[in-house]
Amino acid sequence: MKLLTFRGGIHPPSYKEKTKDCRIKRIPIPDFLYIYLSQHTGTPSSPIIEKGVEVKIGQKIATLGGKLSSALHSPVNGVYEGIVTHPHPLGGRKEAMKIRVLKEKDKPFEVTLREDVTSLSKEELIEIIKESGIVGMGGAAFPTYYKLQIPPGNKIKDLIINGVECEPFLTSDYRVMMEYSEEVIKGIDILRRIIEPENVWVAIEDNKLDAFRRLEDAASKFPWIKFALLKTKYPQGSEKQLISAITKREVPEGGLPFSVGAYVQNVGTVFAIYEAVYLGKPLFERVVTVTGSIRHPSNFLTPIGTPLEHLIEVAEGPIGEIAKVINGGPLMGITQATLKTCVTKGTTGILVQSERELKKMEPTPCIRCGACVLVCPMRLLPTELYKYIEKEKWDRVEDLGVLSCMECGSCSYVCPAKIPLTQEIKIAKNKLIKKESK
Amino acid sequence: MLRITPAPHIFSKVSVKRIMWSVVWALTPALVYSIYIFGIRVLFLLFLSIASAMGSEFLFEKITKRKITIMDGSAVITGFLILFNISPNSPWWFPVVGSTFSILIAKQLFGGIGYNIFNPALIGRAFLMASWPKLMTGNWVPPKSGTLSGLPSQFLDGISQATPLTLLKVNPTSSVVESLNSTYMIKSLFFGKVGGCVGETSALLLLVGALYLFIMRIADWRISLGYIGSIFALSGIFYFSGLTPVNPLFHILSGGVMLGGLFMATDPVTSPVTLKGRWIFGIGGGLICVLIRIWGGYPEGVSYSILIMNMFVPLLDRISERKIFGR
Repeated sequence: MKLLTFRGGIHPPSYKEKTKDCRIKRIPIPDFLYIYLSQHTGTPSSPIIEKGVEVKIGQKIATLGGKLSSALHSPVNGVYEGIVTHPHPLGGRKEAMKIRVLKEKDKPFEVTLREDVTSLSKEELIEIIKESGIVGMGGAAFPTYYKLQIPPGNKIKDLIINGVECEPFLTSDYRVMMEYSEEVIKGIDILRRIIEPENVWVAIEDNKLDAFRRLEDAASKFPWIKFALLKTKYPQGSEKQLISAITKREVPEGGLPFSVGAYVQNVGTVFAIYEAVYLGKPLFERVVTVTGSIRHPSNFLTPIGTPLEHLIEVAEGPIGEIAKVINGGPLMGITQATLKTCVTKGTTGILVQSERELKKMEPTPCIRCGACVLVCPMRLLPTELYKYIEKEKWDRVEDLGVLSCMECGSCSYVCPAKIPLTQEIKIAKNKLIKKESK
Repeated sequence: MLRITPAPHIFSKVSVKRIMWSVVWALTPALVYSIYIFGIRVLFLLFLSIASAMGSEFLFEKITKRKITIMDGSAVITGFLILFNISPNSPWWFPVVGSTFSILIAKQLFGGIGYNIFNPALIGRAFLMASWPKLMTGNWVPPKSGTLSGLPSQFLDGISQATPLTLLKVNPTSSVVESLNSTYMIKSLFFGKVGGCVGETSALLLLVGALYLFIMRIADWRISLGYIGSIFALSGIFYFSGLTPVNPLFHILSGGVMLGGLFMATDPVTSPVTLKGRWIFGIGGGLICVLIRIWGGYPEGVSYSILIMNMFVPLLDRISERKIFGR
């Protein structure tokens, strides 16, 4: 099988061996959960229950707050204590629904097997997905029902199921593929019925061959599922790079995947779709890889709203003094100001870095080595961008394609002068977007 | 206190320091061999060359209250390359003047590491060439177990003060040309049995060092292949059309083609950042070098060809911009 890939990218150490073989484990539930009203792209959800009421596991507690939004469900049997402002993973404090867990009433969610899946219409399936609060679980947290409403006249040629998981350290998607291969395939079948693509691809990197084989076996009854083995490289899992690797078509600048007839959905999302449609289980928990400088790196099945301090405690605490806690992977993840922030639907992993690991890095002048140019998956010239950003020549910065940057971090990773290229480009992007909206 | 930093949170181990010191290591085989064939004086000159490069950088940065950068390895490379570009028979002050000029004028006055537009060592060499041409072109010593001109001993009377390239320029008699084209000559050049500058002796050892840099992705092989390859191709065309009496192999192995093409043209600071730009840079430099050799006044054209290409780097970067993804 020929390995598919894109041009550019980096080869950081994978660090996945820490948690690769840890089976998904349900964590002991914390005392309180904080479920943010805003944990997806779009308008915050709006609560539909009164303060002080008792909630059941899986019960809907908030509905969509707008056209593009998401429903929320209680991950536990507990008492709703009202809206509080709570530290948010993206920084600052945001509104969250506080739930006190009733541990004596703790019991697993009772699934109701749906018998008539095959007779459901497209619209009915999308409705279930919408009501179950499913959002993109690869980190972007874009509401899935919305993405599934493909504008008329756009025929999807290639549906791509993204099981690449190219960020180092993270293994949550990998574990889902290993342990729930049959379910993932069933989820893919549902997506196929909604989207009606010409081709369905399952995309996996060649460092996860066992997951690849497992899904291939599970798909034996579905001959229309094609498998694409990709070269292990970061950011292979980025939507645009994945589409170009598999279909050889490039999403135009500022365009969306369906403009080239492609649709990408993360493997975790597909599994959530399976659970919603087949088991009637809404999205209220997810697999989170807790890893890095931690005594017991694991893949935890975590209720949405679990504080990070609880997760770290369950993983038996850090090794050495904690310096950084990152929500997400090491290349695009966000450092957390406090351990009080909580898991959201888009939390793929929690990475702990200790003081010992951190090196002091003083940026020195660019020596024009061209490493950033070589690795940029969008074929930009980070070093030139940086030069013109410093000179504040915004026209030139825009011309050099700054808005195409996806902030993958590859340029900063390779820069021998340790110049914070990604950060500077990100700031410039925001400046330009502000300028244009004026 | 948790630290808040922008992504990414892991970094490659490659640093500017590591890159620069790798270049120093890559130059070492050729240096060791040079010490062997020219004697211990080479080491003494190297010490002076590096000390004055680092010393002048230190003083400049101290006086202008800048960050001291002498340990990043780049001044050491300049010191190395200045020595590689002069005769092993040079007076002690020669590398001192060359290295100091390189660092102060061509590097620090432009703003220090990363800001210079010309390769500092090449500017230093050009300065020495313009100021003391006799010391740069007529002060040779024969290497141990070889001859200065690389020719068999029957040629040695009367023209013993010339390197092969000088011979070609001043005395291209048919018998000289014939021996320059001989397999014996090519072998002498390749393995380093010919007199010349400290670093221009063994093409083989320069290649070994450069190969390490190519594999480590510190130097871009495209520049070297473009440079040396185009010299080979153009001098080949000229050889077969009778414009140059010596064969293309002699052209790429003589003088500073290997040293320049492998270690000076590939200086990242003074070459383009795009792959396409690097190809044009290398090929353009090679073509200019051949033109200087055949129609110019110098027996050698390497340093000026690279300096001329250095000037075009901003332009090359501009015209070789890649198509942005999806544009």
